[in-house]
Amino acid sequence: MNQRLASGNKAFQIVNYSLMFILCLVFIYPFIYTLAVSLSDAKYILNGSVFVIPKGLNFSAYRAVLSDTSLIHSLLFTIILTVLGVAASIVMTTLAAYPLTRKGLKGTGIILRLIVFTMYFNGGLIPTYLLIKNLGLIDTMGALIFPDVIQTFLLIIMMSYFRSIPVELEEAAKVEGCSEFGILWRIIVPLSKPVIATLVIYYAVSYWNMFQQALMYIQSPSKYTLQIKLYQVLNVFQQDLTNSLDTESVKAVIPENLKSAMVLVTSLPILVVYPWLQKYFIKGVTIGAIKG
Amino acid sequence: MSLNIEVAKTDYQKQQRARLKGYWRNNYQYYLMLLPPVLFYIIFKYLPMYGLLIAFKDYNFMIGVFKSPWVGLDVFKEVFLDHSFWMAFYNTIRLNLLTLIIGFPIPIIFALLLNEINHRGYQRLIQTISYLPHFISWVIVYGLILVFLTPHTGIINILLKSLGLTEINFLFNKGWWLFVYFASFIWKEIGWSAIIYLAALTAVDPQLYEAAAIDGAGKFKSVWHITLPGIKNTIIIMLLLNIGKMMTIGFDQPFNLQNVMVNDVSSVLSTYIYDMGLIRARFSFSTAVGLFQSVINFSLLLGADWFAKLLGEEGFFGGGRQ
Repeated sequence: MNQRLASGNKAFQIVNYSLMFILCLVFIYPFIYTLAVSLSDAKYILNGSVFVIPKGLNFSAYRAVLSDTSLIHSLLFTIILTVLGVAASIVMTTLAAYPLTRKGLKGTGIILRLIVFTMYFNGGLIPTYLLIKNLGLIDTMGALIFPDVIQTFLLIIMMSYFRSIPVELEEAAKVEGCSEFGILWRIIVPLSKPVIATLVIYYAVSYWNMFQQALMYIQSPSKYTLQIKLYQVLNVFQQDLTNSLDTESVKAVIPENLKSAMVLVTSLPILVVYPWLQKYFIKGVTIGAIKG
Repeated sequence: MSLNIEVAKTDYQKQQRARLKGYWRNNYQYYLMLLPPVLFYIIFKYLPMYGLLIAFKDYNFMIGVFKSPWVGLDVFKEVFLDHSFWMAFYNTIRLNLLTLIIGFPIPIIFALLLNEINHRGYQRLIQTISYLPHFISWVIVYGLILVFLTPHTGIINILLKSLGLTEINFLFNKGWWLFVYFASFIWKEIGWSAIIYLAALTAVDPQLYEAAAIDGAGKFKSVWHITLPGIKNTIIIMLLLNIGKMMTIGFDQPFNLQNVMVNDVSSVLSTYIYDMGLIRARFSFSTAVGLFQSVINFSLLLGADWFAKLLGEEGFFGGGRQ
């Protein structure tokens, strides 16, 4: 009896280990295949012989993509947006999280309730759009940063971290005549590096991936984010695409190469950063879990 | 006598004022910190709620929300008579309901299987890889889909052709479009959704498994009698949350995957509002649609919250306060 159980168990383990392995491939393979396509010669793609390793290695798709000045513009704009956005978001979220976690501070209960309420009910797309328009923010970077400069879910994550910092540290600093701003800057912030790192990553990902706001608020092509640019490249008809990029190298390139190369350029920062910082990527959920 | 009362009264007031002054002196910096975030919430979250009024007005951008004439529920009548609105409404529910039915059990199964992997390093590796797609934008996922599915050049169609089958234009066929929609959603979110169950699984007492093993219970029996009851509460809460979000649908996924050929199944409230409001500039109309959606959403969430509390769980509105 026990032996049968044990051997059944072993069979299960083998199946399970293999199943998980296949699942991993399912998650990664699309990127590998796209990379292979972006580096392959058109004729090998078309006869279906590219699977994992690039065939007829050529970099002309990347050359074509990176020689497109409008794309370089988008890349720079998106980088600047991400850096400025993250800085603004971190400052604002910290300024909100610190006072809201002070015990006995009058009014914080009601303010917190009003803040959490906005997670579940809001004015919606059009009223927000009209507000941005009335504020004169259309076609500015501000329209991409201000409307969601604090993400309430991330604010709650930061607050739960701040609550875990012992009060004694602050009291000691207060006795020595440190102001509240001084305490926040010199004691709380240095102690909160892990949660700040988590928030930096989450905000950075959401600025980098920003799509709908860019679609709604940005008009001039010089301010297209990389995601918008990718969206356009993906939706151009094949003919137009090869015509629009009139570089020499394009001849050897089919839309598939270009699209793949564009997909990879756009996802590169996340793919590169992810393996090193994955613990911060994951920390967010485990703290905030259900509240999302 | 009355003089004494007066004196006591002014004393009391003085004391109060002094206390308030002291409180203010000790705490004004906190309020200073709160000022920018509070202004942010007022301007960007509460002002748009005032803008919801245009759902009841004949909104004219030149004269603003306040001066635009009231029309009562006329805009809503117009919305409810609109065929394309109901299409978006039903599509939203259909996509969400099917996502729930197909997408809800899969992360649980994934978490259970992952939990059975004894090798810590391997387990962590799979976990880490499975979260990755969550951080990839829908535009990129759409790009990946195109690379795989485009007729003539996508690998799937090339394979179909080499097997002597006809090519399928996946994104232009309604049935296949739905398949791609769910498959891509599951691919993107399965790992991420499993995190919460994995966290719950670590809380199950390992002694229970040992006891069950001694009693001769096999793997499936112990999963059924120990593991599942151990994470039952988490499952219920997640189910309630998902039901509460039945009328909410993201914009990026349907917007990226949609095209004219599949509009009948792909038009959902989020893309419909965008289309009506921003492309056709029907501000009052699309605001009314948005408000209708928000109200249903909010009621569903309140219901789910009430039900969760009924089951003895913490509600959704606590803001993380213990």
